[in-house]
Amino acid sequence: MIVGMAPRALLACPDCDLLQREPEPADRTVVTCARCGSVLYRDTPDTVDRTLAFALGASVLFIVANAFPIVGMTIEGRSNTVSLPGALVALWHQDMQLVAGLVGLTTLLAPGLVLAGLLYLVLPLHFGRQPPGVPLILRTLDSIQPWGLMEVFMLGLLVSLVKLEMYAKVVPGVALWAFGALLLVFTAMAAAFDPRSLWARIGTARSGTARSGAGRSGAGR
Amino acid sequence: MSAPALTAARAGLIRCGDCELLSRAPQSGGNLACPRCGATLHQRKPNSIQRTWALLIAAYILYIPANLLPMMVTTSPQGTANDTIMSGVVYLLSSGSWPLALLVFLASITIPLAKLVSLTFLAWSVQRRSTWQPEQRARIYRMVEIVGRWSMLDVYIVTIMAALVQMQPLAAIDAGPAAIAFGAVVVLTLLAANSFDPRLIWDPLGDHDD
Repeated sequence: MIVGMAPRALLACPDCDLLQREPEPADRTVVTCARCGSVLYRDTPDTVDRTLAFALGASVLFIVANAFPIVGMTIEGRSNTVSLPGALVALWHQDMQLVAGLVGLTTLLAPGLVLAGLLYLVLPLHFGRQPPGVPLILRTLDSIQPWGLMEVFMLGLLVSLVKLEMYAKVVPGVALWAFGALLLVFTAMAAAFDPRSLWARIGTARSGTARSGAGRSGAGR
Repeated sequence: MSAPALTAARAGLIRCGDCELLSRAPQSGGNLACPRCGATLHQRKPNSIQRTWALLIAAYILYIPANLLPMMVTTSPQGTANDTIMSGVVYLLSSGSWPLALLVFLASITIPLAKLVSLTFLAWSVQRRSTWQPEQRARIYRMVEIVGRWSMLDVYIVTIMAALVQMQPLAAIDAGPAAIAFGAVVVLTLLAANSFDPRLIWDPLGDHDD
């Protein structure tokens, strides 16, 4: 596992820094670190096309999930429905701006930005064109992604539905189903996307920096 | 431990945190920009332990109001009920839905506490350059990263309930001040986990022959 004489495909584990050689292509689909076991990368074939397909599907579901009511309820003849943006506005007016901001960031803004960023990258790439600012977008995606907590929100939705059923008649709305589907497509999209292959398209020749691509020239000591 | 494993740092290489390219570490010290993506290269996350401690301490402090103040305020003709996180769990249990009670208990009590304790232990063990069970500690860190996000559950439950149940004077549910404190605890522990550099767990292993 330790560095051999062919230093071309060296990898360092992000979680324990161990240097190791990239395994032969198609050997395994998930490559894990030899020492600490964390995932180094996953084999993601057709990353651009697959990501694009899932991202387009997710965009439609994202709009439906946010434009329509998630759930409605009736207590003694009075009813109320709520959508996700509606819930944020309601929370805001109850003087819970911080909570509204946090929920908005994690369920709306972060997933929305990830979708937009991925579409910006893979749509032109699908047609053979490289959009400007790829490093910036990849970096931004990397820092936003952990803040998208849609799957937790989905579970929260289900728990609240069960809780509310104890005292009222609860009607699931269109957006609830859209959210469930969005979650699946969004996860598939994230799994299909391979930032490594996009970084690899960017040459190491940047103006102003001396060549030092040890990824190619190897660990010489 | 047998022969120390060859890490990028020991081989004089730095892995770019953004694009994963390996570059030669500068001999003279000082910062280097990644030749491929231009990000500033760091051998390890800068001030990782100090930042982790700062965020953890802030999280511990906010953990107190998060558990003592009401999370959800229910108003009905019968009066007003304040529910803390714990009393919300007890209420779910007494109203007969123990699976829900268990779920909320796990997400709101167990996970945040386990996360605080785990990160404290990791930061402490790294600070004293422990060589004890690095595989286990690496596993703990991965668990924290994977499971940590689920503690946001209660914040979402309150959000939906408070938005939907606004039928004064029949029934109204409002988010209580604990929602802010609890949300802050979740965010702070996410940031703490993020500022912790798991490579520090492994660094002391090869120390003796440096």
